[in-house]
Amino acid sequence: MGGDRHDVDLSPHVSDEIRKTTCYMCACRCGINVHLRTGENGQPKIRYIEGNRDHPINKGVLCAKGSAGIMQHYSPARLKKPLLRTGERGRGEFKEIEWEEALSLATDWLGEVRERDPRKLAFFTGRDQSQSLTGWWAQQFGTPNFAAHGGFCSVNMAAGGIYTFGGAFWEFGAPDWDKTELFMIFGVAEDHDSNPIKMGLGKLKARGVKVVGINPVRTGYNAIADEWVGITPGTDGLFILSLVHELVRAGKVDVDYLLRYTNAPWLVIDDEGRADHGLFARNDDGEALVYDRQAKACASYKQVGTSAALKGEVTLPDGRKARPAFERLAEKYCADDYAPDAVSERTGVPAAQIRRLAAEIAEAAFDKEIVVDQPWTDMKGERHERMIGRPVSFHAMRGISAHSNGFQTCRALHLLQILVGSIDCPGGFRFKPPYPRPIDGQPKPHGGSKPSEPLPGPHLGFLRGPEELLLQDDGVTPQRIDKAFSWDAPMSSHGLMHMVISNAHAGDPYPVDVLFMYMANMSWNSSMNSGGVMKMLEAKDDDGNYKIPKIIYSDSYESEMVAYADLVLPDTTYLERHDCISLLDRPISEPEALADSLRWPVVDPATQGEGRDVRGFQSVLLDLGGRLNLPGMVDGDGKHLYKDYADYMVNHQRRPGVGPLAGWRGKDGEKNGRGEPNSDQIQRYIDNGGFFEAHVPEEAQYFKHANKAWTDWAIEMGLQDGPVENVFQLYLEPLRKFQLAAEGHGDRQPPDTHRERIKRCFDPLPIWYPPFEGEGLDEEEFPFHALTQRPAAMYHSWGSQNAWLRQIHGSNPLYVPGAICDQAGLEDGDWAWVTSHHGKIKVPVRRMEAVNGKTMWTWNAIGKRPGAWNLDNDAPEARKGFLLNHLIHELLPPKSDGLRWSNSDPITGQAAWFDLRVKIEKAPPEDHPVSQPQFEPQKDNLKKPADSLAYGHEWEIKT
Amino acid sequence: MTSLPASTDKALGLVIDLDTCVGCHACVVNCKEWNTGGYGAPLGDIDPYGAEPVGAWLNRIHTFEVSPDDAPASIVHFPKSCLHCSDAPCVTVCPTGASYKRSDDGIVLVDESMCIGCGLCAWACPYGAREMDPVENVMKKCTLCVDRIYNDNIPEEDRVPACVRTCPAGARHFGDFSDPQSDVSQLVAERGGFDLMPEMGTAPVNKYLPPRPKTKPDSGAERRIEPEAAKADGFLGWLDQALEKLG
Amino acid sequence: MHPAISVIFFTVTSGAGFGFIAMIGAGVPLPQGLAAAFFLPLLAGGLAVAGLVSSTFHLGHPERAWRAFSQWRSSWLSREGVMAVLTLCLFGLYTLIWMITGDRLLWLGLIIALGALLTVYTTAMIYAQLKTVPHWHTALTPLCYLGFSLACGHLLATTFGPSGGSGAVGVAVLAILIAWGLKLAWWNRAAATNLAAAGSTPESATGLGSMGKVRLLESPHSGENYLTREMVHVIGRKHAAKLRRIALLLGGALPLVITLAVWIFAMSPGWLIVAFAGLLAGLFVERWLFFAEAEHAVSLYYGGGQK
Ligand SMILES: Nc1nc2c(c(=O)[nH]1)N[C@H]1C(S)=C(S)[C@@H](COP(=O)(O)OP(=O)(O)OC[C@H]3O[C@@H](n4cnc5c(=O)[nH]c(N)nc54)[C@H](O)[C@@H]3O)O[C@H]1N2
Ligand SMILES: Nc1nc2c(c(=O)[nH]1)N[C@H]1C(S)=C(S)[C@@H](COP(=O)(O)OP(=O)(O)OC[C@H]3O[C@@H](n4cnc5c(=O)[nH]c(N)nc54)[C@H](O)[C@@H]3O)O[C@H]1N2
Ligand code: SF4
Ligand code: SF4
Ligand code: SF4
Ligand code: SF4
Ligand code: SF4
Ligand SMILES: [Mo]
Repeated sequence: MGGDRHDVDLSPHVSDEIRKTTCYMCACRCGINVHLRTGENGQPKIRYIEGNRDHPINKGVLCAKGSAGIMQHYSPARLKKPLLRTGERGRGEFKEIEWEEALSLATDWLGEVRERDPRKLAFFTGRDQSQSLTGWWAQQFGTPNFAAHGGFCSVNMAAGGIYTFGGAFWEFGAPDWDKTELFMIFGVAEDHDSNPIKMGLGKLKARGVKVVGINPVRTGYNAIADEWVGITPGTDGLFILSLVHELVRAGKVDVDYLLRYTNAPWLVIDDEGRADHGLFARNDDGEALVYDRQAKACASYKQVGTSAALKGEVTLPDGRKARPAFERLAEKYCADDYAPDAVSERTGVPAAQIRRLAAEIAEAAFDKEIVVDQPWTDMKGERHERMIGRPVSFHAMRGISAHSNGFQTCRALHLLQILVGSIDCPGGFRFKPPYPRPIDGQPKPHGGSKPSEPLPGPHLGFLRGPEELLLQDDGVTPQRIDKAFSWDAPMSSHGLMHMVISNAHAGDPYPVDVLFMYMANMSWNSSMNSGGVMKMLEAKDDDGNYKIPKIIYSDSYESEMVAYADLVLPDTTYLERHDCISLLDRPISEPEALADSLRWPVVDPATQGEGRDVRGFQSVLLDLGGRLNLPGMVDGDGKHLYKDYADYMVNHQRRPGVGPLAGWRGKDGEKNGRGEPNSDQIQRYIDNGGFFEAHVPEEAQYFKHANKAWTDWAIEMGLQDGPVENVFQLYLEPLRKFQLAAEGHGDRQPPDTHRERIKRCFDPLPIWYPPFEGEGLDEEEFPFHALTQRPAAMYHSWGSQNAWLRQIHGSNPLYVPGAICDQAGLEDGDWAWVTSHHGKIKVPVRRMEAVNGKTMWTWNAIGKRPGAWNLDNDAPEARKGFLLNHLIHELLPPKSDGLRWSNSDPITGQAAWFDLRVKIEKAPPEDHPVSQPQFEPQKDNLKKPADSLAYGHEWEIKT
Repeated sequence: MTSLPASTDKALGLVIDLDTCVGCHACVVNCKEWNTGGYGAPLGDIDPYGAEPVGAWLNRIHTFEVSPDDAPASIVHFPKSCLHCSDAPCVTVCPTGASYKRSDDGIVLVDESMCIGCGLCAWACPYGAREMDPVENVMKKCTLCVDRIYNDNIPEEDRVPACVRTCPAGARHFGDFSDPQSDVSQLVAERGGFDLMPEMGTAPVNKYLPPRPKTKPDSGAERRIEPEAAKADGFLGWLDQALEKLG
Repeated sequence: MHPAISVIFFTVTSGAGFGFIAMIGAGVPLPQGLAAAFFLPLLAGGLAVAGLVSSTFHLGHPERAWRAFSQWRSSWLSREGVMAVLTLCLFGLYTLIWMITGDRLLWLGLIIALGALLTVYTTAMIYAQLKTVPHWHTALTPLCYLGFSLACGHLLATTFGPSGGSGAVGVAVLAILIAWGLKLAWWNRAAATNLAAAGSTPESATGLGSMGKVRLLESPHSGENYLTREMVHVIGRKHAAKLRRIALLLGGALPLVITLAVWIFAMSPGWLIVAFAGLLAGLFVERWLFFAEAEHAVSLYYGGGQK
C-alpha cells in the first residue's frame, strides 16, 4: 500500500515547558502559550507560540503578528546595551555605556530640570501599556507635559464616546456578537481588538447575520461584508445623520429608552443672545429640568415617576423659555439638509442605499426585538422582569475618528445607536468593564507645576467647560507644550503628542530642556511631516546647541527614532520582562468579564543573545524615580520603595486596596478587586495562565449604565468608589459652553482668531462640516483622497525587522482607482508622483477597482529609512516602500491671514491623518526606480544579521 | 512510494470558507512557526534581513479582486495550501518515492530524507502548493499537521492543524471528507463547496466555500421606512402617540 | 517556466548524445579502427553523460540522486534515469567489444538504439506528462525531442561516417527538416494552446468565476518566492519571436544550407561539424524558449491569464 513504508513520528515531542503570558506584538494583548524547548546552546529557546484557549480576549486564536513573535524576540535589531550618542543627531553613531553611567546621566539631566522648572521635561510615551505608571511618574515629577499617543491615534473615538455615553468602541466596548441581527462597521481595518473582531465576524458569518462595511476601501473586514458602502472619506457624519434623518422622520426611535437613559427630555434654554442660551435649565441644585406632562410642571430629571415631555415649548418658573433637547434634535435632523438625496453626492452613497439601510436598521432594532428573561433593577430602583434588546450593532474606529470632523462624527454614530436604543442592550453594543465610565466618573485634567513638587492631579481627563482649560495666567497661552486643553483643542483628553516636537522646536509656548520618550517612532511613521520632524530634531540654535537640548529614548529595537536620541535606554522584548495590563490603564476585559493580565519573563534576557544587557523600561523608570527622590517612589530615608516593576505591580496602591492588579489581592489572595497587597500575587496570575478574570453577574450583563447590580459589583470590585450617574448626553452641554465663550460670554475668552471656528464646530448636537484640509485648498488642484490602512500582518514600523512578516509586507504599492489610472495613464508597476499641499513622494502604483473612486490608499508604516532596524540598506522597505506621512503636515495650509491651524480636530486635537488631499501624475520610467524621498542611511551599531535562517533545525524529527 | 493508494481509509483535509476569510495571514505565519520546529523542521529563509528575502511557506494568502458586470468590484482573500488531492500528480511524478500519499488518511507528504530536490513535483502541482526550501534544498509542503493531529503530547482539543486552531475568524475547518456526516462534509453540502481547477483532474480533498452573494447598492431601491400613521404634523405628531402609549 | 541553464544543457546535449548512440547502435557506417571505436563512443557517451551530470546540478541533493532509480513504475523521471543508465551500461559493453574485437554487434546495437530512443522519450515525457503546462502536454513534445535527438545523432554520424556517403548526407538533410517540421508543428500548436484553451483561468483557479472577472490584487508576499521564480517566468512576446528566428536560423537554416552544400557540392564532410554546432546552438535557444514560453497553471494565482 502506498506510503506505508515511510516512518512518520506521529507523536513527536513538542516542548519541554509551556509558559503562559501575554502577547505584545500589538496592543490587543492576547493570551499566549509559549512553548520552550532546549536549543543548541543548551538554553531555553522558543519552540512555538500559540493562543491560550482560556484567555478572555483571544480564546485560543492567534494572529499573524502573534505567531511571528519568535522572530520578533530573536530580531537582529534588538538593542543590547545603553547607548550614548557620539556623532551628530540622526546619524546613528553611538558608543555603548554601562547602565550605571546611563542612569546617573539621566538622573542629572532630569534632576536639574525638576529643581528649576519641571515643565522643561516633556515626557511622552507611545503605545504604552503602562500609562498608569508613566502618568503617575510624570505627575510625581511635576511636569504638566505628559501624554501617550492617544492624541494622534483615536482620541475622537474615545472622547466622543465617553462624553456621550461613558464608553466607546475601541477597547471600551464591543458588539453583542452572539445576539446581534445586523452589524455595521465604519472605518476599521484592524483596530486594537484585532482578534476579538475577527472572532466576532466569524460568529456573525456562522449565524448568517448581515455585515455592512462602510469604508472607502473594500479590503479586510469590508471584503467579507455582505454589503459595502464605499463612502467618500470624511463624509461619514453626513451619511450617519442621513440615517438618523430617516429613522427620526419615520418615528423609528426607542422613545422609552430615550426617556429613561438619555438627556433627550432635558430642557434647553431658548434665550437668544444671552449667556444661558442653549444651556440646560437647572434647578437650584444644578439638576437639569424636564417637563412633566402629567403634573404640567418642571421637575428635576432625577425625580422618579415623572412623564417627561420630549417636545413643546415650556416657560420656566423664571419666565425663560425652554424646549426639550429632543425637539431640537428632531427638528435639526428632520431638516432637508440631511435627506438622503441631499447627502448622496457628497458622500458618494446612493440615496436609495441610505434609505434602505435605514429601513434595515429599523427592522433589526424593532422587528427583531430580543427578550432576555433576566430580571434586573435600575438605578432608580425600578425592577424590570426582562431585558429588551435592539439587535443592531455598530463598530467604528479611525476611519471616522482621524478626521478634523471626527469628534462630531463619532458623536453622530453614538446618537444613532442611542436613538434605536442599542447601547448595552442584548444584541446591541456592550460595555466592557470597567466601562461605563461617564465623565462624572473621570478625572479632570491637571496643570500647574512648581519646582520640585508633584502635579496636583493626573494630567489627562475630561473637562466640562472653558473654566477648566489649562492656560497660563494670561488666559490664552497654553500651559502644556502640546497645547492640550487650550483654545486650540479644548477637549484634548489624550494630549497632542504629534505637536510636541514641532512646538518644542519652535519654543512655542516655551522651549523644553529634556525630551523623554518611550516606545514611539516619532522621527518616522508616527509623525506627520516626518522629514521635517527629523530636521527639527537636528536643528541647532545660533550657538550651535540643539534646539531640543537633550533627548532620552527607550526602545527595544534599532528604530528610526533611536538615531535621534542622545541617550538610549534599551528595553527588553515582551517575553523578557514584567508588564501589567491593568484596569487602571487600558483594560482587556470582554463584555461578560472583567479581566486584567500580566507579562512575566518567560525567558531570561541573559540567555537570549550574546552580550544582552537590557532592562525593562518600567523598572528603569522606577529606578530613576528613586534616584530623583520622587514622592511615592522613595521612603523617608530616600530608599527606593520598589525593587523593580514586579515589586510595584504587587505593592503599589493607587487607592487603599486598589492596585495595578485586581486578582488575588488580600494576604492570602482571597480577595478580588479590592484588598491588601499579596506577595504571592504574580505567581497566582502565572498559575492561572497570566490573567485574572471575574465574571459580571448575570443581572449586570446589560444596561450597565443604569443597572443597580452592575454598580454594586463595580464598587465591590474597586472599579468605582460609589455610584456614578450616567445619563447619555445626546445634547452635549460642554460644547455649548465653548460656543458661548466664542460668542463673547463669560470671562474666559478665546483669541479672536478662534471664535468662528469654535462657533461653527462646537455644536452641542452632532453635526457635519467638511474636513479642514480639503476646505483649505483648491479641490480641483488636489482632487483625490489618500489614506493608509493597517495591514493585519504588520504592526506599525516594528514588524519590519521580523524575518517572516517582512516577507508578507516588504514594500507597499499605492492602490489607485482604475478610473484615475486611466486618466493619468498609469498601469500596474508604473511609478507615480503624488503631491499634497505640503510635499511630494514617488511611489509604485497598483490598480484597484474595489475602492471609492476618489480615493487611493496604501499600507501604513511599511516604508523604512535605509539602515534602520538592522536591515540591508537596499531592503525593499527602504527602496520601494514609502510613507504617506511625508505628504501630511502637522499644520493646515495657511489661511488668508497667514495663520496655520494644527491639522487636527478643533475639539479634541485628534490628528487628522485621513483628511489628506493629493494629486497624482505618472513618473517618467527609469531602470531601477526607488521611492522618494530617500534619506541618508542610518548607521548600524549591531551585528550584521545572518544571511540565512533555519529556525528550529535542531528539532528536526529524525526518521 | 510513488504510486497512489487505490483508496484511503479516511480523507482528511480542510474546508476554507471564502465568505469568512479576512485575509489576515494568521494561518500562514502560525503554519510557518509550527512547522519550522516540527515535521519539516526547519522551514528556511534566505536573505532574511536583506534586499530579497525568500522563505519556504506551506500556506499563502492571495488577494483577488472580482469584478461583476453589474455591481462594484469586491475583494476575496484566498488562502491556499496543499489540497491533498486524491489523484495527486505530484506523487506520481516523484522519482525517488519521497512524495507519497498515506493510505490511512490520504495525507500527501514528502519524506525529506529521500527527496533529491528535483522540483518535479512542484511542476506537477497546479496549485503552487509545494515549495523548495531555499536552505534545506528539499521539497516542503503542507503536512496537514500530521505531527499534531495524532500527537499524544498535546491536549486532545488541540489535535487539529495549526492553521485551523489559530484562524481568528474561524474560516478554516478540518475533518474527514470520507464521512458524509462529518462537519466538513456537511459544510460542503450546505454551502456548495467546490474544487479548485477541476479540469486538472486532481480530485482535491480540500474544498472551498464560496462568498455569499453581496447586496448591491441599488438593490431594494424602493425600500424606505414610512411613519406608521402619516400625520399632518409629521414626526412630532407621531411622538405624541408614542408617548401616549408609554403612558 | 524558469529556463534553468542546467536543464537546457541537459536536454540538448543528452538528446544529441543519445541520438548519436542510437545511430551507432543502429549500425550506421563509421570508420574502422581502434581510434574510432574509442573516440566516437566517447563523444556519444560523453554528450549523454555530460547532459546527465549537468541535470544533477539542478538537484537540491545530488548525493541522493541514486534514489531516483527506484520509482520507474510510476515516474517518468525515474524511468529516464533507469533507461539512461541501462543504455549507457550496454553501450559501454558494446564499445568494449568493438574496441577489443573490432566488431559492432548489431543485435546489441539495436537494443541500445532502442534504449537510447526510449531514454530520449522518457526525458520528453517528463515534460509532456505535465497537465499543468499545456504547451508541453502533447504527443508532439516527445516527437520533437526524438526528432532533434535523431537529427543531431545522424548529423554526427554522417560527419564522422565514411566520406562520400552522400546518401547519408541526404538523410541528414531530411532529418533536420523533419525535426524542425515537428517543432514548427509544436510551435503552431503552442500558439493556440494556453491555459485558457485548456480550460484553466483565474476564474477556474479560484472558483470565483460565477461572481465576476477575477484579477490578482495582492500577491501572498510582497517579494518573489520559489513558485514565482520557478514557474511564473514571463517573457515578452517580441523577445520570444526574435529568439525563435534565431533558433530557426542557427539550428535550422544554417545546418541545412551547409548539409545541402556538402551533399550537392560534395564539400568536405568536415563542414558538417559546423552544421552540427549550428544545430546545437539553435537547440539551446529552442530549449530556452521551450521553458521560458511555457505557462504554468500556478501563474493563474500570481496574476497570469488575466483578461
Ligand atoms: N500615515 C499614517 N501615519 C500614522 C497613522 C496612520 O494611520 N497613517 N497612525 C498613527 C497612529 S494611530 C499611531 S498609534 C502611530 C504609531 O506609531 P508608533 O507609536 O511610533 O508605532 P511604532 O512604529 O510601532 O513604534 C513604536 C516604537 O516602539 C518600539 N518598541 C516596540 N516594542 C517595544 C518594547 O517592548 N519596548 C520599547 N521600549 N519599545 C518598543 C518600536 O521599536 C518602535 O520604535 O502612528 C501614527 N502614524
Ligand atoms: N495589525 C495591526 N493592528 C493594529 C495596528 C497595526 O499597526 N497593525 N495598529 C493599532 C493602532 S495604534 C490603532 S490606532 C488601531 C487602528 O485601527 P483602525 O481604525 O482599523 O486603523 P486604520 O488602519 O487606520 O484603519 C482606518 C480604516 O478607515 C478607513 N477610512 C479612512 N477614512 C475613512 C472615512 O472617512 N470613512 C470611513 N468610513 N472609513 C475611512 C480606511 O480605509 C481604513 O480601513 O489599530 C491597532 N491595531
Ligand atoms: S492581536 Fe495578534 S499581535 Fe495583537 S496581541 Fe493578539 S496575537 Fe498578539
Ligand atoms: S487565518 Fe483565517 S481569516 Fe486569516 S487568512 Fe487564514 S483563513 Fe483567512
Ligand atoms: S495540491 Fe498539489 S501538492 Fe497537494 S496533493 Fe494536490 S497536486 Fe500534490
Ligand atoms: S523534489 Fe523531492 S519530492 Fe519532489 S519530485 Fe523531486 S524527489 Fe520527489
Ligand atoms: S495543515 Fe498544518 S501544514 Fe498545512 S497549512 Fe495548515 S498549518 Fe500548515
Ligand atoms: Mo494608534
